[in-house]
Amino acid sequence: MKCLVTGGNVRVLGKAAHSLSRIGDELYLEPMENGLSLRTVNASRSAFACFLFAPLFFQRYQAARPPQAQPPRCKVLMKSFLSVFRSLAALEKTVERCCIALSPESSRLVIQLHCKHGVTKTYNLAFQECESLQAIFDPAQCPHLLRAPARVLVEAVAPFSPALSEVTLGVSRGRRVVFRSYLEEDTDAAKAMMTEMSLSEEEFQQLRAQEGAAITFCLKEFRGLLSFAESANLPLNIHFDVPGRPAIFTIEDSLLDGHFVLATLSEPDLCSQEPCRPGQGAHSTAHLDDFASDDIDSYMIAVETTVCEGAMAAPRTPSPLSEEEEAEPNVVPGTPPLKKFRSLFFGSVLAPTEPPCEPNPVLAEDSEGEG
Amino acid sequence: MRFRAKIVDLGCLNHFTRVSNTISKLAKTCTLRLSPDKLYFILSDKVANGGVSMWCELGQGNFFDEFQMEGVAADHNEIYLELTPENLSRALKTAQNAKTVKIKLTNKHCPCLTVAVELPSLSSSSRIVTHDIPVGVIPRKLWTDFREPTVPDFDVSIYLPVLKTMKSVVERMKNISNHVVIEANLKGEMNLKIETDLVCITTHFKDLGNPPWASEDASQDRDSENMAEARIDIKKLLQFLAGQQVNPTKALCNIVHNRIVHFILLHEDVSLQYFIPALS
Repeated sequence: MKCLVTGGNVRVLGKAAHSLSRIGDELYLEPMENGLSLRTVNASRSAFACFLFAPLFFQRYQAARPPQAQPPRCKVLMKSFLSVFRSLAALEKTVERCCIALSPESSRLVIQLHCKHGVTKTYNLAFQECESLQAIFDPAQCPHLLRAPARVLVEAVAPFSPALSEVTLGVSRGRRVVFRSYLEEDTDAAKAMMTEMSLSEEEFQQLRAQEGAAITFCLKEFRGLLSFAESANLPLNIHFDVPGRPAIFTIEDSLLDGHFVLATLSEPDLCSQEPCRPGQGAHSTAHLDDFASDDIDSYMIAVETTVCEGAMAAPRTPSPLSEEEEAEPNVVPGTPPLKKFRSLFFGSVLAPTEPPCEPNPVLAEDSEGEG
Repeated sequence: MRFRAKIVDLGCLNHFTRVSNTISKLAKTCTLRLSPDKLYFILSDKVANGGVSMWCELGQGNFFDEFQMEGVAADHNEIYLELTPENLSRALKTAQNAKTVKIKLTNKHCPCLTVAVELPSLSSSSRIVTHDIPVGVIPRKLWTDFREPTVPDFDVSIYLPVLKTMKSVVERMKNISNHVVIEANLKGEMNLKIETDLVCITTHFKDLGNPPWASEDASQDRDSENMAEARIDIKKLLQFLAGQQVNPTKALCNIVHNRIVHFILLHEDVSLQYFIPALS
């Protein structure tokens, strides 16, 4: 894979790296015929993000050489990739061209920044060959849609404290769109400040949701995409469904598109009506719940597919994981953990009767993915 | 108990925001006392605060376009609330270009001071931001804990130099020592001193002037060149100098020799008093 980015697009690429870095610790690079895809998933697999830069975004773009060959895929540490694009101001001021090359022979992802005055900075990043990272989601399946200029959404979440982790977005009476701080159950309500922002429907380009619809999701990741969308001056689409189903945030342009898939909190009362897992009744201790909510298997949103070189252990869940659109949205997600984010991974076939994973196997499962 | 107030004027709003920012820099939690004419932010001298106390008083008429309150009882027409000023300051930060700001006492999941902000929007109807700040209602039997501190019988009273200058001096001193000796006399001279094993630094301020009452109140036989001094925690002093955002028209300090330093900042209808005890 080899590509060349010039001018203002270097900054756009950098900005995308910044927004991905809010989610995951590893960056997956997947050169494809229809563009270069940058993806990441967070440690608990409740958030997935993906940018696709079309070939036209680049001055030159070659996914694979020879063209018929399977393009290489790799993942690099987010930290090292981000360090290349750390200062956006400097990128804009000094960098004229950015060349990204991935050759399996040299086992390095080489990023070259060609700056003013003939200065060239070369970064050799170690990478790991890996499977394709796919989340299974389909915006078309979401009944609700909210579309607004990024600026409006940026201002809508501005009043919330940076420390706040989750926010509830809903449509309230008079079709006003409301953002409200979400307090975790263990926080003392008598100590925490509650903030609510309400905007008129008129400020949105599209609002397809009835009154009462509401979802709760992570604010940090959302802010990450918003800052990208704002700098690119693009409108943002929020596709959502009932609480517990993932919300899909998308931006689109002729040169790039971005998808962020974030888990949403399932409603507690809804949750209690569902069959509880053994030992996970309503009376289970908070301690146990904490472990249960770390249970990766049951709400995995994205998995690595197309096993490469057999180096990767097969995913534990035998599931139809391969292609993005292969999802069966009607499959009920595996038993949701109480309280916390439910599965984003529609394809999960985890049997409801399967005992909850003990914390230890879960930890093992996580590190397995690291190879 | 009822309380409702409204600010429309941007200047008043900014002023009130600055006062609340100042308070939030000086105290983690404080008491907000509401009376028909005035608001008070009070920090009483608990050991947990390092013996520091604060008394900030503002006339409501200078800030609010509407101000309605009903106290606990007709003969005790006041409300005492325990508040985290940081929350108030954060809430007001979102109100920077507000059309109106309403502050009221509400009973939601707990007693709250609700700050409702109407912001301009791109459409015909405004954006509304509400912040519910949890507060504790302080029962009447505890009100006596929050009485106005008596002005100490000071040895020297003196006007302070420009606070910014003083701040930059103290900021640098803080890197060297944990304590600073503040001393002043009735000739308009003030010194800030730090001493360590290695170095001794003194910054001298001259011609600061003494308030007219200084010479009357101070002991008659006091030599005007005689310094009154107090050794205080340098962090507390810096917190006060760096945290204040009221841009006072008058700033002065009273020193009770080896006991306490009492700072007073005055700005129009706001007065802020801050007490730092001397270390032995």
